[in-house]
Formats: sequence, C-alpha cells, structure tokens
Amino acid sequence: MSDALSLAPDLSAIPADGRESPLSLARKGQRGVIVRVSGQTGRSESIDPEELERRLLEMGFVEGAAFEVLHEGLFGRDPIAVRVDDMRVALRRREAAAVTVQFEEA
Amino acid sequence: MTDTVVSRPARLALVGNPNSGKTALFNALTGSRQKVANYAGVTVERKLGTVQLADGRSAQILDLPGTYSLRARSPDEIVTRDAVLGRLAGETAPDVLICVADATNLRLVLRLVLELKQVGRPFVLALNMYDIAQRQGLRIDLERLSAEIGAPIVTTVATRKRGLDELVAKADALAISHEGLGDNVWREPTAAQIRAAHREAQRIVKACVRPPERPDTVTGKIDAVLLNPAAGLLILALLLFVMFQAVFTWAEPLMGLIETGFAALSTGVAAVLPDGLLQSLVTDGLIAGVGSVLVFLPQIVILFFFILLLEDSGYMTRAAFLMDKIMGGAGLHGRAFIPLLSSFACAIPGIMSTRVIDNKHDRLTTILVAPLMTCSARIPVYTLIIAAFIPHTKVWGVLSLPGLVMFGLYASGIVSALVVSFVIRKIFWRGTVEPFMMELPTYRWPEPRNVLLNLWTRARIFIERAGRIILPLMVLVWVLSTFPYPPEGATGPAIDYSFAGRIGHFIAPVMAPIGFNWQMTVALIPGFAAREVAVAALGTVYAVGGDDEAGTNLGHLLAGQWSLATALSFLAWYVFAPQCAATLGVVKRETNGWTWPTVMFLYMTGLAYLASFVTYHTAVALGAG
Repeated sequence: MSDALSLAPDLSAIPADGRESPLSLARKGQRGVIVRVSGQTGRSESIDPEELERRLLEMGFVEGAAFEVLHEGLFGRDPIAVRVDDMRVALRRREAAAVTVQFEEA
Repeated sequence: MTDTVVSRPARLALVGNPNSGKTALFNALTGSRQKVANYAGVTVERKLGTVQLADGRSAQILDLPGTYSLRARSPDEIVTRDAVLGRLAGETAPDVLICVADATNLRLVLRLVLELKQVGRPFVLALNMYDIAQRQGLRIDLERLSAEIGAPIVTTVATRKRGLDELVAKADALAISHEGLGDNVWREPTAAQIRAAHREAQRIVKACVRPPERPDTVTGKIDAVLLNPAAGLLILALLLFVMFQAVFTWAEPLMGLIETGFAALSTGVAAVLPDGLLQSLVTDGLIAGVGSVLVFLPQIVILFFFILLLEDSGYMTRAAFLMDKIMGGAGLHGRAFIPLLSSFACAIPGIMSTRVIDNKHDRLTTILVAPLMTCSARIPVYTLIIAAFIPHTKVWGVLSLPGLVMFGLYASGIVSALVVSFVIRKIFWRGTVEPFMMELPTYRWPEPRNVLLNLWTRARIFIERAGRIILPLMVLVWVLSTFPYPPEGATGPAIDYSFAGRIGHFIAPVMAPIGFNWQMTVALIPGFAAREVAVAALGTVYAVGGDDEAGTNLGHLLAGQWSLATALSFLAWYVFAPQCAATLGVVKRETNGWTWPTVMFLYMTGLAYLASFVTYHTAVALGAG
C-alpha cells in the first residue's frame, strides 16, 4: 500500500484512525486491516526477519486480513491477543512491530 | 512392493493443526488399543494404535504431533514433517494421511492441506467437530471442497464417535487404490509461497463455506473475564491454589496406602527370602527404591488431571498469555510456565513436558531451572527439620513461624529459578529472543473419556520410567550403601563402612565449612536416590530404629545433636542441591547426552554450597551456632 504514509511514523503518538502504524502500537479495542508483514522489528534481539515473516504469515498475519486487538497483558500492556480474520492469536508487542496495520475509521 | 499393500494392515497417520481435536479423534478411533513410545533418538512421543475396520481387518494408525505447517521448527514438528515425507528413520512411510481439521476454522487447515497435496501421498480430510459447525449455522459445500482439494472428505465428531467408520473405510480404500499417490514436490515454502497459499485458501473458503449464522461468542465472553489484566491473574492464582491444595490433600491418603503397601510387600518378601544379600537387594534396593518413586504417583496423576483439564478446555494458552511478561522478564518463554508448574509435584514430569517449547535454548533453560521448584520429595526433609528446630510461635499474631519458614523455602526456590534463568539468558545465551506467538483456541468442555485416556498414558509413562531409569539408579545407590560389609565386631552403623560411608567421610572436610557433620554427609549419598531418602538415611546413620518411628524420634535426636545454624544450612542445601539421581537421568534422556546433567549437577551443587555457607555463617554470627 502507500509507503509514503509510513516513512516517518510518529512512534510516540497513539495512532489515529485511518493511519498506518505498526501493530505493536495498537491498543485494546482497535481494529482494522493488515497492510504489510515484513518480519523487521527494528530490534536486534529479534530472530531472523525472514523467519519471523514466515511465522507471522503462518499464524494468519497476512496482508488484507482483518484484525482487532482483543486483550492486553497487565505489565506494559504486553503481550497482546489479536483476532486475525477468524483466529485468535497471542503475541508480544516486540514481534507485532513487524506487522503494519491500517486502523478502521471510527 | 505396492502390490503387497492388501496383505498387510494399512498404515494411516493423523496430521492436523493443534487444537483440531486430533488426539481426541485418535483416542476415539483406537480406544485403549494404543502404544506410546519414543521415536528413536528424539524425545518425541510416538503414539501408535490399532483400529478395526468394518470387514474385520485392522489398520495401524499413527498420531503425529500437531502442526500449522510442514515447515517444521520444534522437534515435534520435525517428526511430523519427516513422517509425512516418509523419511523418518526407522519408520515406514504411511500409506494414507488423515488430515484432521477443526470444521469451524477451515481457512487455517487449508494451508496445511495445500502443503500435503504437494507431498503426493493419498489423504483424507476429516472435518472434525462438525456438530459445532452445524450448531453455528456454518455451511460447507463438501462436494465442492472435496473437488478443490482433490481428496475425499468425511465429517466427524470425535467426542460422539460419529463418522469414524466412514473415515477409516475411506482411508483404507485409498490405501488399496493408491488414488492420490504421486511424486513428492514439497519444498519448504518461502514467505511468497505462504502468501500464495493464503490467497488460495481464501479463494477456497469463499467458494465453499458460508460464514456461520451464529458465530461462537462464548469464548469472547469468557476471555473478557479470564484475560482481564487484573482479574485474569487473580483467577489464575486462585486456580493454582486450588490445584496445589488438591495435589497435596487428595494425594495424601493414597500415598499413605502406597507406602503401607510397599512396607507390607517388603515385610512379606523378607519373611520368604533368607536373610542376607538377596533379601537386602530386594527389600532395601528394589522395593524401597521403586516405592520411594511410585509414592509420588498419586500427586503426579492429580497434577496431570488438572493440567489435562486446563489444556483440553483451552485455558492453558491463556495462562501462558498471562504469565508471559513475568516469565519473559526472567528470560523464560511463556510456555515454560506449564513445565515449571509441574515441577512443584516432581521435576521429572516437568522436564518431560518441556517438549512444548520449540526453541532449544529456551527449552534447556527451563530444564535447568525446573529442579529448583520445590518438588514434593523435599517436603519430608523440610517437615522433619522444621518440626525439630523451628519453634511453634506466632508471627504478628496470626502466621505460624514453621509455616513461614516453609513458605520461605518455596519462595527461595522460585526466586532462584527466575534468577538462574535470567543469568543464563542474559549472560550465556544472549542471542535472539524466541517469539512468543500462539493460537488462543476456542473454549471447549474437556471430554471425560479423552482426559482419562490421556491421564492413563501419562501415568503409564511415569511408571515405565520409574522402572527403566530410576530402578538401576536405586540399585546403584543400594550397592554403594551396602558394600563393603562392616568388619567383624564393628560397632558403628553398617553404612559407615560402606562405599557411601567412605565417600561421606572423604568429603566431610569439604562440607565442614557449611556446618555439616560427617553423619549428614554420609546420609547425603543414599539421599541421591531421592531427596526424601535422606530422612531414612539419617535415621540409619544415627542408628535410630525403623523408618516409621524415625519421623518423631529422629527429630528429637537431631534437635539434640545439631545446632540451629546447621539445621538451617541443611534446609538451604536442600533448596538447591541436585539430590535426585532420577532427575539427572531424565535430563540425560531428554537432552541426549551427559553434558546437561553434568552442568545441572555442578551449578546446583555450587549454589547449594554457597547458600548453605552463607546461611550457616549468618546464623552463627547471629548466635545460632
């Protein structure tokens, strides 16, 4: 999708509706569509991006899938439980950073 | 070769996503006609069963570990991939694959089906939990779907035994006709290929499935409570509390029964066999040895009963979700929660259940810290020392001091496990952090039959292991404690003259700085058979009568002989010391070598020595020497 929108994402702001953002910044109740799965988390301790990308894809995180953040953990709101199409998946925000999403207009 | 297929039973293999009801289907098909073993060289369970066909012939059926893809990562998934591809060492390729699908979650399994198609082996798709799909008003065009995937489809309800005959008949027919047999063109899919499979699965679902009219809302409602950040953790804590209460209170009468039974057996055998070496080997070595391990069977069965309920209902993944941050802070994987929990009953089932952890370093870390959890074999040692040395006073008017000490010992175990894993992951294995990613399945009522069958399997594995690994170790400890005999006219207890006694005397100077006398050091040697054996061994060394009175008499005796500092040092030793040959044996088995048991032995002994040293000298400095 449009790369221009995500060139300089403002990581400090809670993403507004309709904008692209990493899934790692999503809050409980937010929903939308997955626009890009890269495997790149920007964190050195993450596993090989190629491998992470495939694992995310295997768990249902694929471009075009609808998602909704269902639950957040108690400490640092981490991990998160996400509904992806008809599956519920738990993952850490660290890995969720490799998934770019577009939030639904309220 | 293919012509002989008819003359032998067809070999079927079950593959499917986790949570598809695959094991329930396996249990429904085979009932108790199943054998559980390990695949050669790996610690993955091989579950093989026999199923009866309508015409009286039978077929063999293999339950392969659940997987989302043939692109395997964990040892379990590698077994599934290799078995499907027919390249698993020592295993003949299956004639027909039965792919088990959760009928309410087709999209997911379709990607696995697309991979199976490439393997070129005949397969049948079992649409399991079809009753739930119907109740939700989900419509599946079976004919179209069958044409799309190029394989027959059978709808099943494993829990009601519906569709099973048809499933087996269809699979058997394929085994005979070879329909669907082709060349294996499967390659590990790239990200682009997984995306393509997604699109294909999406297309098939659109063409064949009408979305449910009444989708499941129960799971969402339950999760709203159970995954609520604060309430969820509270409920988990409550659940664990109930579980441990049950493990310890329900098991007690049964454990008493087993102990009495083995004591009676021992007396009976002693009456039949003549006095001497053989009698000693059978009663003190074999019967006492097996008894000291089997006595934990009730606790292990109760613990596994709860674990199976939590797993089958779908709660276990929620527990891992709730605990992930806490575990992750110590460098552990969320899934390590279950093995560590089991280790409170006994480290052996705990270490065995680390197989759910995919990553090798995560799994090894969990194995290494599992024995730090306070297992029930430490309880006899703790209660003996606490009863003898800790006065029954109240703290702040409500808490009893002995209870508080007991709690402190449990807490030290947990805290040290977290610290050790933190050190391992942050210093030794700094590398990458394994992602925590898992499906949160729909909640389901556990099927009683299924739970009981799985419970029986767990119990059988534990008993077999008690036989095969633990028994030889027990005999070894018996040999060390028996030979050589005391010389004529010896006055001390016989163990004092044995190898164990000599080793004890030999290392006594090393143990002196932590406040241990030679009697304690000697008792530690047979205590390697199992932690609670040290209680009996102390009784032997101090030449107090039989085991039964030892509890009370020994306590009095120790209170007179040891200083409080020594007693506390002994407790600290038992928090950390690897006083359990069976655990080391299981670690050897699970890690396929002596490296990790050695590492475990050294680090735990080191920690034990350090903890006892600090405890002893602090206590002495405070005037408890």
